[in-house]
Order: sequence, then C-alpha cells, then structure tokens
Amino acid sequence: MEHNIWLYILVMAGVSYLIRVAPLVLIRREITNRTIRSFLYYVPYVTLAVMTFPAIVDATQSTWSGLAALVAGIALAWLGCGLFPVAVLCCLVVLAAEFLLV
Amino acid sequence: MRCYRAGMRDGLPIALGYFAVAFALGIAAKNAGFSALQALVASLTNNASAGEYAAFSLIAAGAGYLEVAVMTLVANARYLLMSCSLSQKLSPETPLRHRLIIGYDVTDEIFGISIARIGYLNPWYTYGAMTVCIPGWGSGTFLGVLMGNILPLRAVSALSVGLYGMFLAIIIPPARKNRVILALVAISFAASYAASRLAVFAGISSGVKTIVLTVVIALAAAVLFPVKEEGEGHGA
Repeated sequence: MEHNIWLYILVMAGVSYLIRVAPLVLIRREITNRTIRSFLYYVPYVTLAVMTFPAIVDATQSTWSGLAALVAGIALAWLGCGLFPVAVLCCLVVLAAEFLLV
Repeated sequence: MRCYRAGMRDGLPIALGYFAVAFALGIAAKNAGFSALQALVASLTNNASAGEYAAFSLIAAGAGYLEVAVMTLVANARYLLMSCSLSQKLSPETPLRHRLIIGYDVTDEIFGISIARIGYLNPWYTYGAMTVCIPGWGSGTFLGVLMGNILPLRAVSALSVGLYGMFLAIIIPPARKNRVILALVAISFAASYAASRLAVFAGISSGVKTIVLTVVIALAAAVLFPVKEEGEGHGA
C-alpha cells in the first residue's frame, strides 16, 4: 500500500495535540484529593530527573564530558544560578572537555 | 508585557538547544522520505523530539498509519502527565482559548520552565517561550533535511547538553530546599540509569520507561510523603 506523507503528518499531529490539550481542557477545577495533588506536584521533578540522567552522558561524544557537564550543572544550579547560565556552562564544559578528550 | 518577555528570555536557551536537536531530527526525516517542507510541517505540528523521531523511523520502515498513531501516542504519553500537572498550575478561571494554545506546545522544556513559575502560570509567559522555541524547532528540522551533516560533531555534542543543563536548573534548587525532592531526584537518577543499562529493559522504548518510572516514583512519594497544605498551590 502506498502511503502519503501528508497523511502521516496529519496522524502524528492529531495524536500529539490531543494528548496534550485534553487534560488542560478537561481538568478545569483544582483537584482536592491530597494524594493526586501530591502526585502531580512530584511528577515534574521525577520526570525531568529521569530524562536527564543517564541521557546527559549519552548525548555527548565522550561519557566523561557528559559527566563533567552533569556535575558542573548540579553545582551551579545548587548555588542558585538560572536556566541560561547553567545551560551555557554545561555546553562550555562539554566543549572544553572534548577539546581535551576527543 | 513582563511575563511575555520573561518567557522569551527563558525560552532562548531552549530554542538554541531545540535547533541542534531538530537539526539531527531533520536528518531522520530525510531518511524517511520527507521533503524539507514536509519535515518543517511535521515539526511545527508535533513539537516532540522522541515522538517525531519514533514516527520517522517507523515511516522509513514502511509502517501503516495506525502503527504511527500508536507509536506517537506511546512516545508522547508523558505529555499527558505533564498536561495534568500543568492543569493545576493554571488558574481555574483561565479561558478555553489559552488552554487550547498552551496545549499545542507542552514539551519537556517548556513544561519545565512553566511549572517552575511561582503561583499560577500566566499563559503569556509560556507564549513568550513558544515565540522563540517554535521557530528554533522548525528551522532546525528544515535545515537538517537540507544540510545534513554540515554542523561539526563537537558543536552538536556541546549543544545537546544545554537542554539537560536547564532541567538541572529546574530540579536542583527545589531539591536543595526540600529533602523529599532531593531524595526523589537521586532515586530517579538511579532508577533511570538502571532502566537504561540493564539488559532486561532493553526492549522497552525510552518514552515508555520515562512514563513508568515517573508514575511509580511520583506515586510512591505521594503516598509516603503527601504535600502539606500550605505548599500545595505553588507548584515548584
């Protein structure tokens, strides 16, 4: 069967939009159940942490440069630096480390 | 508007990271037979790295529409959780049109910075981020198809950690203040590492792993350490 790429795009776009917009439209009130509230409160931290490690050490050419970026990022964020400084520092650490390693 | 400009400021590093990731995505799109225009439209209508990558791989392998739909659903299912979480970050009075627009670009990163705002989320903050991120994402994909491997590997490598740096900047400061979050971050790192390295889990996609780990760990934390009343309304 011959497939049409525009139809593929339509299918992808429809699914992607619906799963994102449905909760925002359907959950209009504040949830009062304490367990659900706590769950949703913890979700961002857990999911971002899960996505960060070990992905950060797999994204770079060398595991060590990724690990250096992880440590530097945690240290700078711990000291209270914002999104942009931490992101830039992580990039620079990888550049510097790979200049030496790769 | 102040919120809008703050969103653009926080969105800028994300947009740069998006450009690099989308560039690589464009190469995958090209392999699946997409033209630069088709890849651009796919990116502008999906805003999902893992979801698009998974779909492109399937399309390249000649899969049917239903398979692509299911794969997109699984690879993007974490956004369902994020949108649930984000729904509590919006004032109950937020009108439908704002909900429909915000839903268009719930990504890992935009969700991350939106949830980190203090108090209810002003939709204009998210729109500011979208204003810079969407062009970065779209143009990256477009150029990725056209130019393939022009960007030096070292630059791609460095840019690709920018996104994770931002994640760290979102999760670490609250972890410093709250020991439960600190423990959760450590446990999430360890569990995620185990899930990605142990051969038992090799057949499971990273999107599914992210969902399962998120649900299990966050649910356990919610049951064991329910959030106290006064801290609840403020999200991160």
